[in-house]
Amino acid sequence: MSPLAVNAPVPASTDPSILRNFCIIAHIDHGKSTLADRMLQATGVVTPREMKAQYLDRMDIERERGITIKSQAVRMPWNVAGTDYALNMIDTPGHVDFTYEVSRSLAACEGALLLVDAAQGIEAQTLANLYLAMENDLTIIPVLNKIDLPAAQPEKYAQELGNLIGVDPDDVLRVSGKTGEGVEALLDRIVREVPPPEGRADAPSRAMIFDSVYDTYRGVVTYIRVVDGKLTPRERIRMMSTGAQHELLEIGVISPEPKPTQGLGVGEVGYLITGVKDVRQSRVGDTVTNHQRPAAENLGGYEDPKPMVFSGLFPIDGSDYPVLRDALDKLQLNDAALVYEPENSAALGFGFRCGFLGLLHLEITRDRLEREFDLDLISTAPSVSYNVTLEDHSERVVTNPSEFPEGKIAEIREPMVAATVLAPSEFIGAIMELCQSKRGQLKGMDYLSEDRVELRYRLPLAEIVFDFFDQLKSRTKGYASLDWKAEGEEAADLVKVDILLQGEPVDAFSAITHRDKAYAYGVMMTGKLRELIPRQQFEVPIQAAIGSRVIARENIRAIRKDVLSKCYGGDISRKRKLLEKQKEGKKRMKMVGRVEVPQEAFVAALSSDEAGAKDKKK
Amino acid sequence: MAPAQPEGLPGPLDGLLPASAAAGSAERTLSLYVHVPFCAVRCGYCDFNTYTAVELGPGVSQDAYAGDAAAEVRWARRVLEDSGAAPRPLHSVFFGGGTPTLLPAEDLAAILAQARESFGLADGAEVTTEANPDSVTPESLAVLAAAGVTRVSFGMQSAVPHVLAVLDRTHDPDNVPRAVRWAREAGLGVSVDLIYGTPGESLADWERSVRTAVGYEPDHVSAYSLIIEDGTRLAARMRRGEVPPIDEDDQADKYELADRVLGEAGFEWYEVSNWARPAGGADAGAHRSRHNLAYWRNQDWWGIGPGAHSHVGGTRWWNLKHPVPYTNRVRAGQSPAAGRENLDEGTRHLERVMLEARIRDGLPTAALAEDGRAAVAGLIADGLVEPAAALRGSVVLTLRGRLLGDAVVRRLLA
Repeated sequence: MSPLAVNAPVPASTDPSILRNFCIIAHIDHGKSTLADRMLQATGVVTPREMKAQYLDRMDIERERGITIKSQAVRMPWNVAGTDYALNMIDTPGHVDFTYEVSRSLAACEGALLLVDAAQGIEAQTLANLYLAMENDLTIIPVLNKIDLPAAQPEKYAQELGNLIGVDPDDVLRVSGKTGEGVEALLDRIVREVPPPEGRADAPSRAMIFDSVYDTYRGVVTYIRVVDGKLTPRERIRMMSTGAQHELLEIGVISPEPKPTQGLGVGEVGYLITGVKDVRQSRVGDTVTNHQRPAAENLGGYEDPKPMVFSGLFPIDGSDYPVLRDALDKLQLNDAALVYEPENSAALGFGFRCGFLGLLHLEITRDRLEREFDLDLISTAPSVSYNVTLEDHSERVVTNPSEFPEGKIAEIREPMVAATVLAPSEFIGAIMELCQSKRGQLKGMDYLSEDRVELRYRLPLAEIVFDFFDQLKSRTKGYASLDWKAEGEEAADLVKVDILLQGEPVDAFSAITHRDKAYAYGVMMTGKLRELIPRQQFEVPIQAAIGSRVIARENIRAIRKDVLSKCYGGDISRKRKLLEKQKEGKKRMKMVGRVEVPQEAFVAALSSDEAGAKDKKK
Repeated sequence: MAPAQPEGLPGPLDGLLPASAAAGSAERTLSLYVHVPFCAVRCGYCDFNTYTAVELGPGVSQDAYAGDAAAEVRWARRVLEDSGAAPRPLHSVFFGGGTPTLLPAEDLAAILAQARESFGLADGAEVTTEANPDSVTPESLAVLAAAGVTRVSFGMQSAVPHVLAVLDRTHDPDNVPRAVRWAREAGLGVSVDLIYGTPGESLADWERSVRTAVGYEPDHVSAYSLIIEDGTRLAARMRRGEVPPIDEDDQADKYELADRVLGEAGFEWYEVSNWARPAGGADAGAHRSRHNLAYWRNQDWWGIGPGAHSHVGGTRWWNLKHPVPYTNRVRAGQSPAAGRENLDEGTRHLERVMLEARIRDGLPTAALAEDGRAAVAGLIADGLVEPAAALRGSVVLTLRGRLLGDAVVRRLLA
C-alpha cells in the first residue's frame, strides 16, 4: 500500500487521535533541514520540482549560516495501515542563544526526533535541547543521519545514543536526508510512537504561541498550538499576558505555504493573523484565548525575553542615525528579544545600546542591519549586565562601561553561566586550560563513550561572550561543542579599564574586566591603537588606566612632514584635488580631544579578529 | 606614460574664455610657460609629460616643434584678445620639460621671439629655461642670452653618483660646475634643482649635495622631496621591494638640513621648496623666481605645448597630452585644450589659501574665512605660523610649519 495519504485529514475537524506533533532536535550542521525536505517530499506536500533546498529556512542569512532562526510548522499527511494521519513538524532553532524559543517549540509537541550526524556524534547544544525535551515529557525517537557518508560510524553512535536515552542501539533509526533512505520508516515510526495530543474540545479555547514572525504584507504571523477548544476565523481573541484583544482575521495551516482553514481544533498546529504589526504584541510563550469566553488560567511557561549581552551600535556615518533607528524599529517587529535605547558616545556619536540573547543574536542582528538596511556600523565590545552595590548600600545595574560608578564600590556581581562542553577526550587538557584562563570552575566530567567526554563548568558570562567559542574551536580543531545557560551571579574583583588618548578617555574603548586581566587588556588595546591611529602634528600618548592609575602606555610620535613639495608644472587642479581628498579623509575622522582618529581605527580596534588571528598563530 | 590629467569639461574648440576669466585681468600679471615634451631618456622617477624619440611615433618631430609652439603663442594672443582680457606684456617666460635644451638654442630663441612679438616683454621680465647640464655649451648659452633668456635652471638633483643612478640621471656631476660657469659667463642667472629623499640616500649624501650646490654659488636653489608617482619605473621597483619605501621622517631631516645649510650660505626661503640669495640694489627679492611666484600668487599664465596647464582668472585648462593630436589641433587652428574647469568662488578661495600659504610673503589673514582666521591662533600656539607676521596680518609658515604645510592649509580651510 502506498504510504501517501488517500484523504488528507481536514483542519478544524481532525480528531486528535490522528494528529502527531513532533520536532527535530539537532545540531546546526547535522542535516535537519535536508531531512525535513525529504519528509515534505515523501508526504507529497512538496513535489520534487518545487523543492527548494532547505525549504523551511527562508532568510538569506539563515541559508548562508545554515542556521534556522525562526521556527515554523508544516502539516503533512501520512497513511499508516490504512489510516490517514496529520503530522505537524515544528521546526526548532538550533542555537543556544534561542533556548527559550526552543523550549516553547518543544512545549507544542508530544514527540521529538533526536537527530545526530552519524559521522560526528551528539553535540553539546543537542544534548541541552534533549534535556529540555525530556523535561517536557516528549517521546524521543533517536535517529542517525548521514549514514551515506563514508565516515559514518552508525554502530558507535547508536551505542552512544542508546546509552544516553536508555534504549537498545538497534532501535536507533538510520536515515539519509540526502538519499532519502529510511525516511518513510521514520514517518511510520512517528505515527506509531508519538502519542496523540490530548485536550478538552468543549473547554474555553487555549492555544500556545510558539513563534511569531513579522511579514511585510500580512503583519505579524503567529504560530500556535491549540491545547483546548477551538479557534475560528472572525472571533475576538485575547492575549492572556497582556489582555490585548484582536480580531482573528485569518487562521490556517502551513503545508508548505499558508492555507486558511475554518479554524484549528484540539492538538492542531498552525498560524493566525490579527493584523498587528509588532511581534511584541504576540509574544512567544503567551496563551491565546477567546475574548467572550476566556480560559481561567494560562498555559504557563511564559517568560519575558531577557537580554544577556549588550553592545553599542553606531553608524559609521553619523548622518545614518535616523536610518539605524528606523531599521531597529523594523527588526524589533520580528524580534521580541531585541531591546535598545539611544546611546551617546563622545567618541562614536549617536547610536543605540542594544541587548541581545547572546553573541550569535548580536551578530545576526548586526548582519541584518548592514545587509537589509545598507548601514555601516561599529559595534562596541560586548558587555554583560553587572549588579553593583555601592558603599552607601545603593544598588546599580551596569550594562555599559560608561555607567560604571565612580564612587566607592562595596561589591560587584557578575552573571554566571553553567557551560557544557562536549569533545573528544584527547582535548580535555586544552579545554581545561582555556576554561581556567576564563575563570571557570570545573563542576564535573563524564565520559559519554570511550573517547568522548562532557565537561561541565561554571563560568562568568562575560568571559564567554567575547572570543571563548572561537578559542574553544581552535584549541580542539573544531571538535568541541558548547552549550550554556544562565546560572545566577557571583561577586568578583572587577575593574573598569579606561583607554586615554592624550589624557582624554575614549568611552568606546573602556572595558569592565577582572582585575587580573586588566593589564593584558590595556597592553592589547594600547598596542592596537598605536598601529591604527595615524601620526598627528603632536606626540600622542596612549594610556590604559584603572581610575587614575596608568597600567600600560604607548606613544605615537608626532608627524614631521605633511607637505607636497612640488606644484606639478602648473597643474594646480591636481594639487587641489589632493587637498580635497585629504579634507574628505578628515571628515571621516572622529575627534578625540585634539586627536584625529579614523573610523577604521575604531572598527579595527573593536573587532576581535586580531585576537582570533593571534590565537591561530600559536 | 604621463600622469592622468584632471577631469573637467571639454575645452571649446575656439578656446574662448568666459567673461569671468577676463574680469580684472588688468590687475594680474600674465606669464608664459612653454612645455618642451622631449627627453633623451626617461628618468625612473619622472611622471611629467615627456617623450623620447622612440616613444613619439611618426607624424611629429622635434624639428617642427618650435613652429607649432609659436603657432600656439599666436593663438593665445588672439584668444585672450577675443575673450576681452587686457593686453599685457609678459611678466615671465619659462621653458620647462622634458628637456628644453634638447631643442637647438635657435628654436627656443624663435619661440621667445614669437612671444615677444605677440605680447611684448615687461620691464625686468624673467625668462628661464630648464637645462640638463650635459646638453648646454658656451655657444648655445650665448645664443639663448642674446635671444633674451635671463636665467637657467639646471637639473642637478644630487652630487652623489649612487643617488643619481637610482634616479636614472645620466648627467656627469662634474659637468654641473662647468655648465654653471658658462651660464655665468653668458650673463645668465643660475638656479639649481635638487631632489632629496631618494632611496639609498644618506643624510651625509644629501648634505654633500646641498654643500656642493652652494659651492657653485647659484642665485637660486630649489629642493624637492622625491615623490613616488604611480606609473613610474621607480614606483614599480618599490612595489617589488627592490628599493626601500620613502621615509617621511628622513625627508623632514633632509629638509631641515637644507634650510640650515642654505641659510648659513646666505639663501633665504621664499616658498616651501625654493630659496634665493638676496640681490643687491633696490629689489632684494630679484633672485626669487618671478615665474614660480606667479603660480603661487594665482596670477594668469598660458601654458604652451602638449599637456601644458594654463590659468586665466579662475579658468584652468590643460592641453592634449600627446604631441600628435596636440599638433594636429594647433595646425588646424583649433584649441589644443583637452579639458577645462571654471572655478567657483569657494574653489578659488580654497586654491588661494592652498597656494599663498606656501610663500614667504604670506597669505593675508583678511583673505581667510572666519573659521580660518580663528584657526590662526592655534597654529601660532603649535609653532606652525610666525607670530609676528600674523600680528601684522599675514600667515607665514615657520620651519616646522613649512614641513606640515598641507596640514596648516587644512586647518585654515576647516
